[in-house]
Amino acid sequence: MRINVGYWRFIGMILATLLIGAPALAQQPDADAEFAEQVAALNARSFDEKAAAAQAIADSGHPRASTVLQALIDSRLYFRVSGGDVVLAEPTDGGFALTDPVTGKEAGTATQYEVRRVVINNAIRGQVRDLIARAGLTSADAEVRRDAVRQLLSNPDPAVAEQVATLIKDEPKADIRRDMALVLGLSRLGSGDPAERLRALDALRGSLADRVRNQVRELAANDPDERVRQQAGAMLSNIEDKRQLWGLAEQVFFGLSMGSVLMLAAFGLAITFGVMGVINMAHGELIMIGAYTTYVVQLLMPNHIDYSIMVAIPAAFLVAGAFGVAIERGVIRFLYGRPLETLLATFGLSLILQQLVRTVFSPLNRQVSSPAWMSGSIEVNAAFSLTLNRLYVIAFALLVFFALLAIFKRTTLGLRVRAVSQNRAMARAVGVSSSRIDSLTFGLGAGVAGLAGVALSQLTNVGPNLGQGYIVDSFLVVVFGGVGNLWGTLVGGLSLGVLNKFLEPQTGAVLAKVLVLVFIILFIQKRPQGLFPQRGRAASEG
Amino acid sequence: MIKLNCIPRQVAHVVAAGALAMAGFSGQVAAQEDPIKVGVLHSLSGTMAISETALKETIEMLVEQQNEEGGLLGRELEPVVVDPASDWPRFAEQARQLLEDEEVDVVFGTWTSVSRKSVLPVFEELNGLLFYPVQYEGEESSENVFYLGAAPNQQAIPAVDYLMNEVGVERWALLGTDYVYPRTTNKILEQYLKDAGVADEDIMINYTPFGHSDWQSIVSDVRDFGSQGKKTAVVSTINGDANVPFYTELGNQGVTASDIPVVAFSVGEQELAGIDTEPLVGHLAAWNYFMSVPTQENLEFIQSWHEFKGDTDAVTNDPMEAHYIGFNMWVEAVRRAGTTDVDAVKESIIGVSVPNLTGGYATMMPNHHATKPVMIGEIQPDGQFAVVWETPGEVPGDAWSDYLPESADIIASWRKPLLCGNYNVETGECSGQNYGD
Repeated sequence: MRINVGYWRFIGMILATLLIGAPALAQQPDADAEFAEQVAALNARSFDEKAAAAQAIADSGHPRASTVLQALIDSRLYFRVSGGDVVLAEPTDGGFALTDPVTGKEAGTATQYEVRRVVINNAIRGQVRDLIARAGLTSADAEVRRDAVRQLLSNPDPAVAEQVATLIKDEPKADIRRDMALVLGLSRLGSGDPAERLRALDALRGSLADRVRNQVRELAANDPDERVRQQAGAMLSNIEDKRQLWGLAEQVFFGLSMGSVLMLAAFGLAITFGVMGVINMAHGELIMIGAYTTYVVQLLMPNHIDYSIMVAIPAAFLVAGAFGVAIERGVIRFLYGRPLETLLATFGLSLILQQLVRTVFSPLNRQVSSPAWMSGSIEVNAAFSLTLNRLYVIAFALLVFFALLAIFKRTTLGLRVRAVSQNRAMARAVGVSSSRIDSLTFGLGAGVAGLAGVALSQLTNVGPNLGQGYIVDSFLVVVFGGVGNLWGTLVGGLSLGVLNKFLEPQTGAVLAKVLVLVFIILFIQKRPQGLFPQRGRAASEG
Repeated sequence: MIKLNCIPRQVAHVVAAGALAMAGFSGQVAAQEDPIKVGVLHSLSGTMAISETALKETIEMLVEQQNEEGGLLGRELEPVVVDPASDWPRFAEQARQLLEDEEVDVVFGTWTSVSRKSVLPVFEELNGLLFYPVQYEGEESSENVFYLGAAPNQQAIPAVDYLMNEVGVERWALLGTDYVYPRTTNKILEQYLKDAGVADEDIMINYTPFGHSDWQSIVSDVRDFGSQGKKTAVVSTINGDANVPFYTELGNQGVTASDIPVVAFSVGEQELAGIDTEPLVGHLAAWNYFMSVPTQENLEFIQSWHEFKGDTDAVTNDPMEAHYIGFNMWVEAVRRAGTTDVDAVKESIIGVSVPNLTGGYATMMPNHHATKPVMIGEIQPDGQFAVVWETPGEVPGDAWSDYLPESADIIASWRKPLLCGNYNVETGECSGQNYGD
């Protein structure tokens, strides 16, 4: 879409006047008829015609214009296959409930074979977003204004700048004013007067936004005025320095978040392998069971997706824990002291569990939706933002860690587990039922693996192969951190995550993985006991 | 309720097929002769089961339909299904089993390039027929293989053309999984972009391991790469499961399709079925078929697929259409030849035209590739694609890319008198079955 600047300005002025002063005018019946025609034109054959129709709707000033445009980019605008009328459609059981876009009245229902979506492409979607943002500049709702300015910041044109210049004076919110000043500053960087450009540069000082950086870079390289070039150059290096610093912070965050996933996956193993000494190759599949439990819980409460994850956490713990106890009672119990056979048996088990999931749930990945409160990000500044789901996973991993610490240090169960793992014979002599403790410990490890599954269901595929991707990493973390030590798993997981994320940009993901592996092999050569070696008798017994 | 997807239905199908076969014996099909055996070589377990299971079922459905219409040459068709379990060496073993022990007349199967490469020598040694349904990297033409998926010039090149000319993209991030298909495709694309005048610093290439799940830093790199003021797009040859976390991360870091569109060559309706597609709206995929194409043939195909699966939510995708085309081509070629003899079918199939599902025709070319339309679709909130661009006609598949210096002079033709899959027009040499590994 190419629309020249004058045209934009003209539309901007019309929009502004219409939106502010003319709602009464639009109520007339012939305005409705014209609007209906424009809406019908959205179902044109070519994208150019559709774009023109969207533009006409925005220009119409009709009270329902923004509703229709919003529906268009939300993909809620459909047309009837017979007749071609454009309608607003909300999906219902077995079909759609239709609304007339012009009057907003109900327009009956339709099945999925009777209506088709009005197709738009990315160019129209962007154009409509800008149109909506412009209308939103004068909204009474501060949230709408904030989004509107943000949207326009990425794509400012002179007409917008003029409108913003008048609006900024009456804007009550400081942060919106700041964004508005950015829009103004950016547009004034293109001014013909060098003094004006210098003032604009001053106004933009402190902003790290992509567009500011790009335009300042442009000025630093090509501005005809010496002073502007110098000041832009100074600003540019300042921006680049700051962005680099924030980039470092971002890498650390990425590393911590990857590390938190690693340690979540490894906690269960730290218990079964670390404390009990069982090499459990089915550990990954216990994680997978946790993820599938999340999926099933979500299926059971389809109307409460936002809370289902809260139910899924205990459910996954119990289900995976139950599987763990069953595995211990059914298989591992008979193989204590024979690590090679345990390894083979649990490897077989892992294949069985995978195929079980394939038969029950199909080999296809299952969709686990993220609750609304977990998607999106917190923007610290233009160069650094924290994704929410990762933040929650970090918090969850720490929570699990401290809960496990508490269990081991403060409860009778923890005491007995430690007693059995340190000296089985002695523990039995003082009346601890070691076989019961064994299955409870294994169940606890499996349950924690299930918890990891809940977290992973928010980050990656829920499919039969989910566990395979984490089994090797889990063993690495446990061995690196020090067998039998939860602190080791915490520090090991986090440091491997950070190491990986610092290597990745330099070497690429494939080589980064290889290098981390080589590092761990060398490290184990030097310190076979890992980061935090276990002290005392258990260690010497091996 | 948990959906018990596989077992009961499968049992039902077996029973139904059995009943059908019985009906066939007493009915119109003259079944004195042995049935024609159709081999199906798709993984039903292991990592690739996610993609390949639907293809096995597609062939079963097509065989069932063909039998309802009276079979082929008056004989019943019988599918012979094996499970190579996503294990490449086992593909070769089971191909041998199908051809030697079961003596099948044709095989439909394999998905990944490595599985195709591993069965190739077997098919050539035993002179079998393999119909390969998936888009691939090209640079291959075997006498015994028919490539019904897209070659790079039927998918990657038109997609890049669309982005360059219609969207105005100037910077390119080529992201792929680290194996042969993405590496070859990206090599071709890199050359193509450079020929079109794109500077080195405007191309970013990144490979990740299979099943990569932590995309944070790569997405952040791409965002940074795309924030330099030039319109940027991602060309993704990321395979299989790794796509879900990749797209999730894009959504979480706020990269929308309007900022940086991602065009994918391995993401179809099937893959999207496991993702919340709301944040992906507007990202692109290039295929030769989309489920959303509203032609009569397609609607009928979808309907019979739904009936066969017993599930009205089951999706169809591009490789399924490739099997549909390949199966119909083979049926037509057998009819023309009047026999299922491999050499006769190989000769008669060249030039066979059958309708595809999107309102056009697919023709088998002498280089064993088919003509296909290329479509660009944008992801919709319901996991379907809306076609936003389409080539004006069908594009013939090019086995040897014209954009790679080492293969620019090479052509393939399995028609007399050339009969060569690797003929150098400069030197006039046929280097035989050299697969360039």
